[in-house]
Amino acid sequence: MTGIAVVGAAETTDLGKIPHMSQQMLHADAALNAMADAGITAKDIDGVATAGQSPTELAYYLGITPEWADGTQVGGCSFMLHVRHAVAALQSGLCKTVLITHGESGRSRVGTGGWAAQPASLSGQFEAPFGTFGAPSTFTLPVLRYMKDYGMSHEQLAMVAVVQREWAAMNPRASFQDPVTVEDVLESRMIAYPFHLLECCLVTDGGGALILTTEDRAPDFKGSTVYIWGTGESVETSMISQMDDLTSSRAFSIAGPRAMRDAGITHSDVDHLMIYDAFAHLPIYGLEDLGFVGKGEAPDFIWERNTAPGGRLPTNTNGGGLSYMHSGMYGMYALQESVRQMRGTAPAQVTGAEVSLCLGVGGMFGASGCIVFGKSPKS
Amino acid sequence: MNKPSRPLPKPTPETQDFWDGCNKGELRLQRCDSCSHVYFPPRPFCPACSSRSVSSFAASGKATLASYVINHRPHPAFGEPHSIAIVDLAEGPRMASNITGCAQTPEALVLDMPLKVKFESVSEDITLPLFEPNGDAS
Repeated sequence: MTGIAVVGAAETTDLGKIPHMSQQMLHADAALNAMADAGITAKDIDGVATAGQSPTELAYYLGITPEWADGTQVGGCSFMLHVRHAVAALQSGLCKTVLITHGESGRSRVGTGGWAAQPASLSGQFEAPFGTFGAPSTFTLPVLRYMKDYGMSHEQLAMVAVVQREWAAMNPRASFQDPVTVEDVLESRMIAYPFHLLECCLVTDGGGALILTTEDRAPDFKGSTVYIWGTGESVETSMISQMDDLTSSRAFSIAGPRAMRDAGITHSDVDHLMIYDAFAHLPIYGLEDLGFVGKGEAPDFIWERNTAPGGRLPTNTNGGGLSYMHSGMYGMYALQESVRQMRGTAPAQVTGAEVSLCLGVGGMFGASGCIVFGKSPKS
Repeated sequence: MNKPSRPLPKPTPETQDFWDGCNKGELRLQRCDSCSHVYFPPRPFCPACSSRSVSSFAASGKATLASYVINHRPHPAFGEPHSIAIVDLAEGPRMASNITGCAQTPEALVLDMPLKVKFESVSEDITLPLFEPNGDAS
């Protein structure tokens, strides 16, 4: 247990195409919604954390006077790391109420920066010259190695997208809700062999925000309380070609077990799982690196519908980055779905769920953050 | 109209030796003088034992194909679908590259196939290490 709780959580009012808002305003829209959820205003917040813009700009724009700020920027799981850092800050009394925001105009590109690698950076010198051009041609690079070493079929990779679309079909806010088959996935346009269009994430606009405080102060807030039981984080490499093992994320295998150990839980305690799915192989790597299945077993585990609606380990129940939304840094939406599941307010609510584990990835297997949430305080 | 250029590397003081080697037709790696660890990308210290005493040497240029994608949405400099590969160098380290000199298809690009380096000059200052099938390697 950490003694820290989520007392406010919200996404942007709209998701998907939001051309009438700049990226900065997406941060603010989500923050204002989270403040309304918690029943507070900017004057009640004394800690800020964000990625994709500076915490200085965020605080100034919203009218916050922080005594604690964190601008950790390690890609899409930055928000998991912000939660972890906020837990430590709140525990040690550096501040009392933390706001964490994400906003990204991923599709409409209103008020956003660029993604290109700097030519003098390691990836700019030793990957970009060979044509790595955004995530679809980079994050996908290790997967043929996994397929050969562990015998995963193209159909099994496609099944990840099929299952997540089943979850998305239950979510009115999901970008794609129509069911798809394995054949549909394999017949969709080739993006970067072996990845087809439907095995790659969406590109949409949106944002989300969380408000954290200490458990003893939680009753002072309006929002339904969700408890943070454990956290973990790690980083590995800014170059996917240099990861230790092309079939496993070192950062996953450090952040996940650490969060579970701190939470004092085992795999059988987890009722609900989120694994950041920028591409279809992420849940495969995540399930194995977290230890829910053995090495090489995740493709069969998903194929046999264990993570699907009605399965024993409901996973990515919002539809995930493949079907719900993906702005670029998706981690915040995975956290929001974990919080909704623990509040009992998710569109595809897992009946009786009391523990949710949320695993994020940053960069291309570059970083990871993991948060274990509980519906109740850890006994 | 000129063909658009690949994104070109901008060497730093720590990587200049590698790029100088490519210009001379050498694939240079670094070896730790203390613990003998061979590593890539270049840096003036050993990532295994933190020693600052390291030396660069010309690698064999032999490799095998560790993994790849065939990018169907290529950078304008490439035009056609093409491989982006991770190769296992004979000396141990991995590096990203392109596999050239064969069809850019799953049938022609077989994991673990032997490869050899092939240097391609892409600007006045930059030569890139690419790889091609090394059919006569055992």
